[in-house]
Amino acid sequence: MRWRPSPEALRLALPVMALAALLVSVFVMRPNVMGYNGLHLLFKLGIPIALATLAQMVIMSVNDLDLSMGSFVSFVACVTATWLVDAPLIGALMLAGAIAVYAALGMVIAARGLPSIVVTLGMSFVWAGLAVLVLPTPGGTAPGWVAAVMGARPALMPVGIAGSILIAVLAHLLIMRSSFGVLIRGVGGNERSVSRAGWSVLLARGAAYATAATFAVASGITLVGLMTSADANIALRYTLLSIAGVILGGGEFTGGRVSAIGAVVGALTLLLAGSFLTFLNVPPDWQIGAQGMILILILALRLLLVRLERRGARA
Amino acid sequence: MTATPLLSVTDARVRFGEVRALDGVTLAIRQGECIGLVGHNGAGKSTIVNVINGGLTPQEGQIAADGAPLMHWSVTEARARGLRCVFQELSLCPNLTVTENTRLMHRGSLGGWGWRGRARAVISAALDTVFPGHGINPAATVGALSIAQRQMVEIAMAFSDAGIAPRVVILDEPTSSLDAGLAAQLLDHVRRFVGQGGAVILVSHILGEILNTATRIVVMKDGRIAAERPARAFDTAGLVAAMGSTAKAQARGTQGGRDAAEVLRLTLPRGLPFVARKGEVIGLAGLGGHGQTEALVALFEAASPAWWPARDPAVTFVAGDRRLNGTFDLWSILRNMSVASLPDLARRGLVQAGAEAARGAEWKDRIGIRTPDMGLSILSLSGGNQQKVLFARALSTRAPVVLMDDPMRGVDIGTKQEVYDIIRAEAAGGRTFVWYSTEMDEMTLCDRVYVFRDGIIAADLSGDAISEHAILAASFAGAA
Repeated sequence: MRWRPSPEALRLALPVMALAALLVSVFVMRPNVMGYNGLHLLFKLGIPIALATLAQMVIMSVNDLDLSMGSFVSFVACVTATWLVDAPLIGALMLAGAIAVYAALGMVIAARGLPSIVVTLGMSFVWAGLAVLVLPTPGGTAPGWVAAVMGARPALMPVGIAGSILIAVLAHLLIMRSSFGVLIRGVGGNERSVSRAGWSVLLARGAAYATAATFAVASGITLVGLMTSADANIALRYTLLSIAGVILGGGEFTGGRVSAIGAVVGALTLLLAGSFLTFLNVPPDWQIGAQGMILILILALRLLLVRLERRGARA
Repeated sequence: MTATPLLSVTDARVRFGEVRALDGVTLAIRQGECIGLVGHNGAGKSTIVNVINGGLTPQEGQIAADGAPLMHWSVTEARARGLRCVFQELSLCPNLTVTENTRLMHRGSLGGWGWRGRARAVISAALDTVFPGHGINPAATVGALSIAQRQMVEIAMAFSDAGIAPRVVILDEPTSSLDAGLAAQLLDHVRRFVGQGGAVILVSHILGEILNTATRIVVMKDGRIAAERPARAFDTAGLVAAMGSTAKAQARGTQGGRDAAEVLRLTLPRGLPFVARKGEVIGLAGLGGHGQTEALVALFEAASPAWWPARDPAVTFVAGDRRLNGTFDLWSILRNMSVASLPDLARRGLVQAGAEAARGAEWKDRIGIRTPDMGLSILSLSGGNQQKVLFARALSTRAPVVLMDDPMRGVDIGTKQEVYDIIRAEAAGGRTFVWYSTEMDEMTLCDRVYVFRDGIIAADLSGDAISEHAILAASFAGAA
């Protein structure tokens, strides 16, 4: 039998190639980026975006969608820049409470069969309101330890790249390799057979939402570490960016088909696409549209790959 | 037969709204027996299976395990006592690998570090025991497997032992997607398992399997047990009589001829070309998964425009896997039926409710859909009746060609006879049918049969040349 790459490997190859292509284009246009400092600036925001994308990926692995991701990360950032500095214990309790709210939301969605899109859309206004209450005007400071971690300069590669790799590996172990990950992806794949095997889908959904919230909290904290201050709208773009990153990384909206490494690569690709367009001197007004075109282009390539996959399965 | 039953159900009654699904059923399962469960669609087989496996609590009746009555019976409790179930519709997670599915199925007994290795060992051992030489890689994603391989995995999963050994295994139409060789392997294993003291409940519409495998046969009808005897006291005719439908001998009418107008042609890269003529019933035969479904899909795609639906559809399709690509679960029976012919029922873009209801009532009578009201949800129907709705959907269009992808999977004999008669009548009226089936009997109803092997058409049989022997000979390489 001839060796054939697995469908998962093929799916992952596309975002990796897209990232490489963008990186090479950026290097060609701005050769001086090709150093430690250049890469540091290019991938500086990689960690929070990767974490938010992973959070969205966990929600998507149980066939749901979180439209409150951006406002939730903003809320976390506001708490981080204020309470976590002034009264670390209360701040930590607030963040733990937010995670518990997410878990409860997941269980309510499972128990009542509610559409997650509607629930999270409603919650996005709640989180946005809470963020304004916590931090009415932009400001605050990053907790010292967060700023220290995010400002570190590791020897081999910038913190944005090293952190992204570390996060991707940890998320891969949790979501793709552990029993827990199998359970939540199983809920996305075939909820009925999971419950027939004696699992509680209610608890599984709750745990998935809590895991997602944990990633999102980490995203908000690291974001403040990079920006050194916060405001209530700091991460609103993360909602759509995180969904796009998951899809770009080989995930699907339904069926529990996700890839943790793919999601991180997808998030970095979107991040790099922004810089790429700036280097091309695309005016900011056109950048979002151009970013959308890049996304469509990559997804069109993905359709081609899916066809290859089908042909492979038939042979 | 005097041993304490592993599991017994006493006087179970289940009602779904107006429908009495179970009307006082008493059934005991003992060690070392294989109970064959047969009956029409809607006779209550699936309901009793669901009661036994803990998925459904009867409104009345008791359940006892190992002689002790149970107050609380659930899926978890059932699994803890070694009860396993293979469902009629496949129920693995398609996005996970075989190993990962194994992990999910054995909730409490495979966890912790290194579970992948243990799960792989468990499922490999089970696959090797039930289907020697299966060739399935446990690291493969289930969605990438063929439907037969998925069913093999699911069956092996039920017989796998990861701490809690299987004691009672319920197999609901386990061979519906397996070819003859794999089905024989499975039934051999069932006999072996029963011989070693296990118990099996086998639900199948293939009476030969039941007669050859079961030790005791339970015939259900209208939610009750109509007959219960040792298997050797039954023969095919007796079983069919007990189920309440009569086996009619099918006369083959050769309506379509070699000289009629050609309506479809498909040139395959290798092998014989596919040609269909007006008024013909064409069978696609051969072992399961040898390219028949792909040929049907290719025919459909070749004959239907990709961008905009044609005013006059050229082909229509009856799906075999009705959960996957047949029914709209949230829609009513009527909507499910009329969806393919809405342009015919519409005036100026608006669907005429009266015309739709009239069309529904016509087909309800014609094809015998057993429901008090066409406005009920499609899921209120039994599997066979859902399949009838899909037939009505296809036949009520004006398309001259009907493609059928093993549409009789899990349908009872009475329903089949009714559908066969309708197919013959429609063919006499000039419709062409292309019919993939895994059942030999259905092939002898066709005017012409293409036998598939390894993705190509290996033989073109017509008229009296269609026989079980000829089809088998063409299905196996080197047998002709």
